[in-house]
Amino acid sequence: MSSLYDVIPPAPSKGVSTRRTTMNVNGTSQTLEVEPRLLLADALRQALGLTGTHKGCDTSNCGACTVLFDGRPAKSCTMLAVQADGHNVETVEGLANASELHPIQEGFKQEHGLQCGYCTPGMMMTAKALLERNPNPTEDEVRWALSGNLCRCTGYQNIVKSVLWAAKKMREQDQEA
Amino acid sequence: MAPLDELKIGGMGASRRRVEDNRFIRGKGNYVDDIVLPAMLHMQILRSPVAHAKIKSIDTSAAWEVPGVRLVLTGETMAARNLAWMPTLSYDTQAVLATDKVRFQGQEVAAVIADDPYIAQDACDKIVVEYEQLPAIVNPIQAQKVDAPLIRDDKENQASNKIFDWEIGDKAATDQAFADADVVSKLDLHYPRSHPSPLETCGSIADFDRATGKLTVYMTSQAPHIVRAAVAMVAELPEHMVRIVSPDLGGGFGNKVPIYPGYVVSILASILTERPVKWIESNSENLISTGFGRDVYLEGELALRKDGKILGMRMKTISDHGAFYADAQPTKFKIGLMHSTFACYDIPTAHLVSEGFYTNKAPGGVAYRCSFRVTEAMFFQERMVHAAANDLGMDQAEFRKVNLVGDDMFPYRTAFGFLTDSGQYQKCLDVGLKAIGYDTFKQEQEEARKRGKLLGIGISTMTEPLGAGNSREYDIIGIKMFDSAELRVHMTGKALLRTGAKSQGQGHETTWSQIVAHELGIPADDIVVEEGDTDSAPFGMGTYASRSTPVAGAAVAMVSRKIRAKARKIAAHLLEVSEEDIEWELGRFYVRGNEERGVTIQDCALAAYSNIPDGLEPGLENTAYYDPPNLTWPFAAYLCKVEVDAESGVWDVLNFVAVDDCGVRINPMIVEGQVMGGLTEAYAMANMQYITFDEEGNCIGSNYMDYLLPTAWETPGFELHEVVTPCPHHPIGAKGVGECATVAGPAAFVNAVMSAIEHTGVRNVDMPLMPNRVYEALKTGKDVSGMPPVLGD
Repeated sequence: MSSLYDVIPPAPSKGVSTRRTTMNVNGTSQTLEVEPRLLLADALRQALGLTGTHKGCDTSNCGACTVLFDGRPAKSCTMLAVQADGHNVETVEGLANASELHPIQEGFKQEHGLQCGYCTPGMMMTAKALLERNPNPTEDEVRWALSGNLCRCTGYQNIVKSVLWAAKKMREQDQEA
Repeated sequence: MAPLDELKIGGMGASRRRVEDNRFIRGKGNYVDDIVLPAMLHMQILRSPVAHAKIKSIDTSAAWEVPGVRLVLTGETMAARNLAWMPTLSYDTQAVLATDKVRFQGQEVAAVIADDPYIAQDACDKIVVEYEQLPAIVNPIQAQKVDAPLIRDDKENQASNKIFDWEIGDKAATDQAFADADVVSKLDLHYPRSHPSPLETCGSIADFDRATGKLTVYMTSQAPHIVRAAVAMVAELPEHMVRIVSPDLGGGFGNKVPIYPGYVVSILASILTERPVKWIESNSENLISTGFGRDVYLEGELALRKDGKILGMRMKTISDHGAFYADAQPTKFKIGLMHSTFACYDIPTAHLVSEGFYTNKAPGGVAYRCSFRVTEAMFFQERMVHAAANDLGMDQAEFRKVNLVGDDMFPYRTAFGFLTDSGQYQKCLDVGLKAIGYDTFKQEQEEARKRGKLLGIGISTMTEPLGAGNSREYDIIGIKMFDSAELRVHMTGKALLRTGAKSQGQGHETTWSQIVAHELGIPADDIVVEEGDTDSAPFGMGTYASRSTPVAGAAVAMVSRKIRAKARKIAAHLLEVSEEDIEWELGRFYVRGNEERGVTIQDCALAAYSNIPDGLEPGLENTAYYDPPNLTWPFAAYLCKVEVDAESGVWDVLNFVAVDDCGVRINPMIVEGQVMGGLTEAYAMANMQYITFDEEGNCIGSNYMDYLLPTAWETPGFELHEVVTPCPHHPIGAKGVGECATVAGPAAFVNAVMSAIEHTGVRNVDMPLMPNRVYEALKTGKDVSGMPPVLGD
């Protein structure tokens, strides 16, 4: 199944006007011709092949599609791709580098913060934004920050632990640096 | 030689970190919607906006005109190919695309296949359907009325809206027990309709290859092999030309067991267009049209002796199955395993009567994180037990202790004929009582009440039947409920394991390897697990009803033992002794009396391909099919402490203690994760998670703004404890666990809230216990029953 992650741009309908949109995704500048109505989540998934951003609901409730938009969590299923023109978008695929996981990814694995994995990318992106503005959150602060992201498998207790695990690791790394 | 440390090689009992996480945390999971095939088309479905109506006409001409549209399908085009209707898993029929009538809001009416999903949606919006609306039936009470409109007028010999009458137990003996009773405790309850709602919705990609005649369908299915059989029958394709691939699933919880119209339409669309066709439903479509759970009304009665002994139990259930009877459950049991109710209590006699009805609601009755209606059975049980203890003026814990089956009574035949085989029920309850501080609670409650605070404690204890079959009793559409595992040990001692189960988040890739590690001493990291592809996995009945570990897990142990038996012959050959002189320790055979002389399982694997003894087949691969002798019977004792705010009816969980005995735990970390997840769904059910309908049959709960799921903010913390009573018949002593918390949990929450407010005289508030309902009960001292009313604008 080598075609699995092939990049297939969505075909704009004939006679439909498109907009040239340039966004920085995970540090790389990407220019796309998109229909103005194309959702950001669909642009990431279909045009760029970044399928780690999941679509769960149609109503901005579940948060599976959460990406960082100029560093802040945003639900990409209710944003248009054209709104990202000139902006920075970070997705789950940008968390790890070739050799090393992000501490949040490690935390989710160590503390069993995921089961089916569908909410996980959105949870991790939201957690990343939280830890960037609050490196030492309380359990309540983590729960509040994650309250825009639904999980149906874990009951959240281990997700909270995962984020606290990552926070500790990141503080330790900062001290070493 | 020092023996292998089982925990170090990731064997049984190791909280091994999950293998599947490596891809999920990188965003490299492979869910159906992530799969892209060359030249793939996209399908959208047009659904009925009304609950009950005749279809007068469908005009698709404008849809065909939309640029990029390749195909438009209606009931008529399906009917021309004998595909307008399909069989359900309960021997009923279900409309694929409506021809004559629509019977629930959200029913599939037409489909558009186009170059991209946006275009397909545009074209759906251009299809004009003329409906002649009929009165809608939205609950089984309406459905029973003599003048109720007939929903299933498509069926011959269907004169009413009743689907089935079913009964079990000894009526005469039970009537006698009630005649002899000192006290009869009655309770009427409703378990509201709920939706499993996995975050990933249902979807499929059908890919028919005209050149080879092969149909491949990537599909969100918890039971791909059942789907293969069904597709072969429905679409009249030879079974060897049908391949179902269930890739990573974003949760299932029973929602992904049934076969939905969208799958069937996408298959026909691919056959007609000769291109892959992807169909991914939206969250709203998932909530309004796919398998719901529950929706059962109960009239319950217990015959009691003054000293607390239960003499008999009577139940009548009336269930709402929606427009098509599509419950996925064993054939013999029309209302699932409802009769497993009261299995943990020693009750001389019981009688259950069940009636099922059609309504103008979506079909389903799926086992939402439960083993075929067991959730309803145990909720009814524990609410009835709670009310009965109060009616007798007995302490809740004491009343349960009088009636729980004792450790020395196993094997125990329940009043409805199940055979429970093991457990330490009293011990589990005692662990829970101690952990929550039950001894001092009454005093604490009294004192709090003086300060105007309402505290309550709720207990829920139950054993449930997990892991169907055995195949004598359990089948789905005639297919016996066994399961399978295939193990291939390669020459370097690494291995590939495949099973007929299908993980949806349970972590099979991690735990199955641990069972092999336990049986063979091959490190878990040296074993890769594959599931979900019917072309490569051995036949199995899939994952639901907590049957993976009880059935497929047992098959994994059994196939490992077959491999070990062959390896023993090879070891004897390598060690130049007879097989009888060989001893086994984890990962190694040695010569009896000379422990130093031995060969590892890896040595045997290499020899299986390079130095095989005369007369022995080469290779080290095998398959096992496992038909369990009985169900497994885990036990749960859950205790919940709440505080109810008298001014608002809002209740907070102060403490929740869960004691689970699921036998031997393969991976404790994963077990605990499952328990916490299940408890959260139980909390949701008790609190907020219900789907209701207005009188016209409009679904109120068609999105996450109306259908409330708990977030990290509301969800309480849980304190977990364990007791281990190994399953006597399972090869590694394990029992099912994934559903215990969803099953036993809701009653713990509800009993706790009732305990806080029943001094006002109220006996019952039906779920969901929303603050306004609790407040009403507190102020009036009267029961609050049925679904919450639909509020107008």
